[in-house]
Amino acid sequence: MPGAAVLALEDVSKSFGAVAALRGARLELRAGEAHALVGENGAGKSTLVKILAGVHAPDAGRVLLDGQPVHLDGPAAARAAGIAVIYQEPTLFPDLSVAENIFMGRQPLGGGRRIDRKELHARCAALFERLGVRLDPERPARGLSIADQQMVEIAKALSFDARVLVMDEPTAALSGVEVERLFTVARALRDGGAAVLFISHRFEEVFDLCDRITVMRDGQWVATDDAADLTVDQVVRLMVGRDVSSLFPKQDVEPGEVVLSVRGLTRRGVFSDVSFDVRAGEIVALAGLVGAGRSEVVRAVFGVDAYDEGSVEVAGRPLRPGRPAAAMAAGVALVPEDRRQQGLVMELSVERNATLTRRWQLARGGLLSSRAERATAAEWSTKLQVKAGKLADPVSTLSGGNQQKVVLAKWLSTNPRVLIVDEPTRGIDVGTKAEVHRLLSQLAADGLAVVMVSSELPEVLGMADRVLVMHEGRLVDDIPRARADEGSVMLAATGQGRTTAVAP
Amino acid sequence: MAVDTTPATPAGQAPAQRPRTASRLRLLGSGDAVITGVLVLFLVVAALTVEGFASARNTGFLLLDVVVIVLIALPLTLVIVTGEIDLSVASTVGLSSAVMGQLWFSGLPLETVIPLCLLLGAMLGAVNGFFVTRLGLPSLAVTIGTLALYRGLAFVVLGDRAVADFPRSWTTWAISGIGGTGIPVVVVPLLFLVLLTGVVLHATPIGRSLYAMGNSEDAARFSGIDVGRTKFWLFVVTGVVSALGGIYWTLRYGSARADNAQGLELQVIAAILLGGVSIFGGRGGLLGVLAGALLLGSVRNALQLENVPADVLNIVTGGLLVVAVVAPQVAARVRSRTRARPAGPPSAPPARPAPDAHPSTDPAAQVPADQRGNR
Repeated sequence: MPGAAVLALEDVSKSFGAVAALRGARLELRAGEAHALVGENGAGKSTLVKILAGVHAPDAGRVLLDGQPVHLDGPAAARAAGIAVIYQEPTLFPDLSVAENIFMGRQPLGGGRRIDRKELHARCAALFERLGVRLDPERPARGLSIADQQMVEIAKALSFDARVLVMDEPTAALSGVEVERLFTVARALRDGGAAVLFISHRFEEVFDLCDRITVMRDGQWVATDDAADLTVDQVVRLMVGRDVSSLFPKQDVEPGEVVLSVRGLTRRGVFSDVSFDVRAGEIVALAGLVGAGRSEVVRAVFGVDAYDEGSVEVAGRPLRPGRPAAAMAAGVALVPEDRRQQGLVMELSVERNATLTRRWQLARGGLLSSRAERATAAEWSTKLQVKAGKLADPVSTLSGGNQQKVVLAKWLSTNPRVLIVDEPTRGIDVGTKAEVHRLLSQLAADGLAVVMVSSELPEVLGMADRVLVMHEGRLVDDIPRARADEGSVMLAATGQGRTTAVAP
Repeated sequence: MAVDTTPATPAGQAPAQRPRTASRLRLLGSGDAVITGVLVLFLVVAALTVEGFASARNTGFLLLDVVVIVLIALPLTLVIVTGEIDLSVASTVGLSSAVMGQLWFSGLPLETVIPLCLLLGAMLGAVNGFFVTRLGLPSLAVTIGTLALYRGLAFVVLGDRAVADFPRSWTTWAISGIGGTGIPVVVVPLLFLVLLTGVVLHATPIGRSLYAMGNSEDAARFSGIDVGRTKFWLFVVTGVVSALGGIYWTLRYGSARADNAQGLELQVIAAILLGGVSIFGGRGGLLGVLAGALLLGSVRNALQLENVPADVLNIVTGGLLVVAVVAPQVAARVRSRTRARPAGPPSAPPARPAPDAHPSTDPAAQVPADQRGNR
């Protein structure tokens, strides 16, 4: 039975440098409700959570607790206000016991101000009792499953008498049974009068658990409605702000011959027996949950990481393992997952970054001139419409979307036959995102073989000719465009789909 | 997003507001300009106030003292730009000097001894490179170890003996001047090596990859740069050049001793850091290093002329080393503070301290901001 508003955000804005993460965000949480917050990656959900958690202070706008403005100037203040945040991957002290983790800093004290272990464990057991969780308070936190770690965090929140429980994508790494248990606990807390804020990309969970849904887009509040009055289609449309089909303009291309062929690729403990083919003109998506081993596979293909078994062939010729330079010579390009660490040398200029992959080709008689570098960089930044003040400026001064364009320029200028993109649109604005999608589609139409690792299901479904799904280091499904939908991909990704061995 | 709504500036064209002086300084390698200015200033003041400083004879001595420092600083600059360090260079000088003495003593001709010593240097460098790049150990720890190890081996080879009967023709050549100028003849091949290193560092694909890996090893690897192999060969080259320094040192003083060039690594590193090369890698230029070495040598030389005792010279070297490391940090902090003030309270801390992300429009503040001579 939803009651009065416990916590509210009013027109909250927050910028990081030139990037506006939140622009007039709104949220109202009522006692006794489960409230979903949905939006695309980069919509500002995480920033909003961090404001609630007291990690960031808003630049503008107000945070209201029971109708009174509060300043959450630090995690301690948020905790004192009764706000608890459960992150996707909790950070517990691995060597301390479960009970010590829960009561860190406020352990019950016995005689001589020593920690009263008996009381500590009794209190912890009482919390677990309330949650209906079977966990030994004395065991160390190391080795707990993610689901159990979240339970420890929830128990901690309970021990603070939290009135607002924020769960930031808690189910991303959970199995079906674990999700059910988490929801049981969340419902119990909700029925006990707490407000639960649930953030997820999985719509069936959102509709299963939540009473109301708030949609965000580009850092702004879009809508808040009762879940009963909304459909998945409506929510998606609110999230992207337009029809999905126009966002992902994949052109139909008749695939050519096989360009990239991966056979039995294995890296012990990371992925095993991965085999697939990619044809010219094809966009093949690698889908799966975070940690399924997708990035690791493409890194091994490119040669940045070593692998134990298997082979990679480009246009019928075997690729030397563990040597990115050999992969580049064979026409493979990798736009890596982490733009700031792997894609770019942030301290170097735009032009140096854009030409780093072509420095030998641009040299005349072994000598590189700044003029040649600048000319090449200028050519590509015009082609990809990179918005940069000066090409001599450090690439760190560019926005995320433009940085990603520089990474793309850096690799497209090598004239590749196989383009591997790992999370190509992560953390970039919607406008640039559409440009990247159009570009990838165009490149495939021009005969490039494109491998796209993406955690964004709409992107996968909209762009890919085929979806390869990985689960726990194995390729579990190969779904053609016609059969690919949210259900089939998600089922395979969570390991519940048909686990036919994929033999290309 | 605000950035994306602005019209694109024509790519590749620098807007006109860039200060002229800054672009001119950039020709010098920007940050290098500061240290070059300090050097010129010091030379002028010393010439006017220190008796005998500007004489041809003293200039010759000064240059002879600086030759080995500059020589070893060349490869070591490349090593430091990649974010590594080699502290064993002076011990390599000592060991190759000792081996040179022992081999000459046992009757081999210098024409055979010298290549053998260079080979030895390559091997000593390869040992460093192996531990750093194959076993992934930090170069600081590895080369502290080999600093002691190589020096120890030098004493094993030669003990506390000295071999001094090298042919007069070689030893006089080592200190002879060009005509009557007092400038040593070895300056000519040295200048050639300086030029070569400068070109490699600033105008070749290799140089670009050194700056890339010095700033971000990950990003360099993802760009197809073989970081391990490059660093390995840099250590080998540093070993060879250090051995060359050992050979020259021996001829110059006409004496092979195990304790030759003890502590020289501090002077070399001080010269490099004074020249504006970042100890964290990725930043700096060779011109600055050259100026740094000359400044350090001139200061020591001027103090010697003023009869300052040797202990004080070491204090000065150490002090300059500390200044070289601390000054850029302080400058960066001052800059970020002066910039933060007009912009109001700082919004979000940058992911990594990048003080020169937004160059100040004040040309005076810009000079140290661009301590990255790789343009």
